[in-house]
Amino acid sequence: MTLLDVRGVDKVFGGLHALRAVSFRVEPGAIFGLIGPNGAGKTTLFNVITGVYRPDAGALAFDGDDLTGLGPARIAARGIARTFQNIRLFRSMTVEDNVMVAGHHLHRASLLDQIFRTKQYVEDERALCERANDLLGLMGLSALSGHVAGSLPYGSQRRLEIARALMLSPKLLLLDEPAAGMNSSEARDLERQIKKLRDELGVTVVLVEHNMAVVMSVCERIHVLDHGETIAEGSPAEIKEHPHVLAAYLGEEVAPSGAEAS
Amino acid sequence: MTTPSGHRPRWALRALVSAGVVVAIYAAGLGVQAGLIEYAQRVVLLAGINIILAVGLNLINGTTGQFSIGHAGFMAVGAYGSAFVGVQLAPAVAGALGAGGLADAVTFNLSLLVAAALAAAAGVLVGLPSLRLRGDYLAIVTLGFGEIIRILFNNAPALGAATGYFGDSPAGLPAYSSFFWVFFWVAVVITVIKNVTFSQTGRSLLAIREDEIAAEAMATPTTRLKVLAFTLSAATAGVAGGLFAHMQSGIRPEDFRFEKSIDMIVMVIVGGLGSITGAAIGGVFVAVSLELMRELQEYTSHDYRLVLYALLLIVIMLVRPQGLMGNREFGLDLFRRRDRRAEGA
Repeated sequence: MTLLDVRGVDKVFGGLHALRAVSFRVEPGAIFGLIGPNGAGKTTLFNVITGVYRPDAGALAFDGDDLTGLGPARIAARGIARTFQNIRLFRSMTVEDNVMVAGHHLHRASLLDQIFRTKQYVEDERALCERANDLLGLMGLSALSGHVAGSLPYGSQRRLEIARALMLSPKLLLLDEPAAGMNSSEARDLERQIKKLRDELGVTVVLVEHNMAVVMSVCERIHVLDHGETIAEGSPAEIKEHPHVLAAYLGEEVAPSGAEAS
Repeated sequence: MTTPSGHRPRWALRALVSAGVVVAIYAAGLGVQAGLIEYAQRVVLLAGINIILAVGLNLINGTTGQFSIGHAGFMAVGAYGSAFVGVQLAPAVAGALGAGGLADAVTFNLSLLVAAALAAAAGVLVGLPSLRLRGDYLAIVTLGFGEIIRILFNNAPALGAATGYFGDSPAGLPAYSSFFWVFFWVAVVITVIKNVTFSQTGRSLLAIREDEIAAEAMATPTTRLKVLAFTLSAATAGVAGGLFAHMQSGIRPEDFRFEKSIDMIVMVIVGGLGSITGAAIGGVFVAVSLELMRELQEYTSHDYRLVLYALLLIVIMLVRPQGLMGNREFGLDLFRRRDRRAEGA
């Protein structure tokens, strides 16, 4: 069964058609790439999927349920986790606390349990702490667990965002430019970690990325947007050769009307 | 589940510590009564009430990063509620338990619980519609609320309107607020707020302050948590109001003007936004500094206290913009570490 089904989504900001009839499907267990030049609408699409924006037309289904109209917190609770293009960590909190915040579903203690420090509270706190440290280990951040998140180097902050997203135990993980600002050896590590997430945790991954080496190496299927519209979809090999994609990125002339891209 | 430290000893230890705190407060109360003149005792009680106000407000303005400048309104609800309910309950409780210290204590604490509940209800009432607003907009709504409350009391004949509420007896409201009860409630409020702050709820509130969009993306029910923090904070202001009402013969609407809300914000900011111990220090600072400066009047013949006070605030903010404690805790941090590490090991 399809995990994420995006059907004919439109999003308009004033006079700008940010997304126009975008449709695609992501199958469970896939690593799916979403690429396109700057301003193509990739982040807007993430924001529509995660409920930050409401689509102006079209529908979204996740695991068979309609998502349209749900807010970000509800959608996250259903199992869609994300990272942000411009890192949004809880900067003054510790690395461990950043991850533990996302553990609501592991936390059953009521407010009274928390006030009276009951057994339930102690157990929950321990479960959250253990799970958070497992995920930090998975992302290679164990040693930094007690540090303040804002003090971490850029690459570690990106990986911390992934660890925090995984704390939701998501079925689907949306990564918005996870390799941005990483050098090539950090990017290689990231590729391995993304594959590991899918293989060991069974998380389906959709990623937006400008680093083509990363995209071509991890993605099994790629969807290309330009000016809010789908221009191609296929395997990495197909996308590399696709004339529309080359035109959008390089400005090659395919058809008389295709010369707009710069 | 077997906890390494075992569970029952924790409860026993906690009961022991609580009993120790109560005894210590009682002993300190005896000391204060014996060693300080009445005026100084009053300053000490005001400092205790300020601690409750500041620690409660800090949950909203510090931990959650929202901005309320209407907390005097919640304090007023608690003060009037506690005073009125206390007056109504006293005869019945005295009838059941026999007039005396025990009946007074029961009446007083019941009236404080009612005050907390009423203020909490007011908190929900204001919080639900307004906590979708951010920053300055929320501040304006809370400011308006505080003024509405004061003006309502100003026009309530049953509660004395503008002359204030003095109860039914000619002596005014009973002076229930002893050192022991004020600091007993200080201990209760600090414990509750500390435990909420250092738990998943507190962690989520901090996350809302740090980045609300990211907090939502992590499935945090932001509006519900903000209303919860607001309600809890209002309840503590209600308790402070009840204690305040019972340390003087009556309460007037002017006691809960806008300036009172500003005072509370000063306490929280001077102490360090986001720090419980900082808020407590700020509360004491505001109560004591103005009183200490009173003696200056003898040398200057004019009352320059407020000028000096304002100057002092400016200097503190220039020298320590993060407040006296920053966002660190004194002492409380140790408990938190031990809680998590010891249990996780």
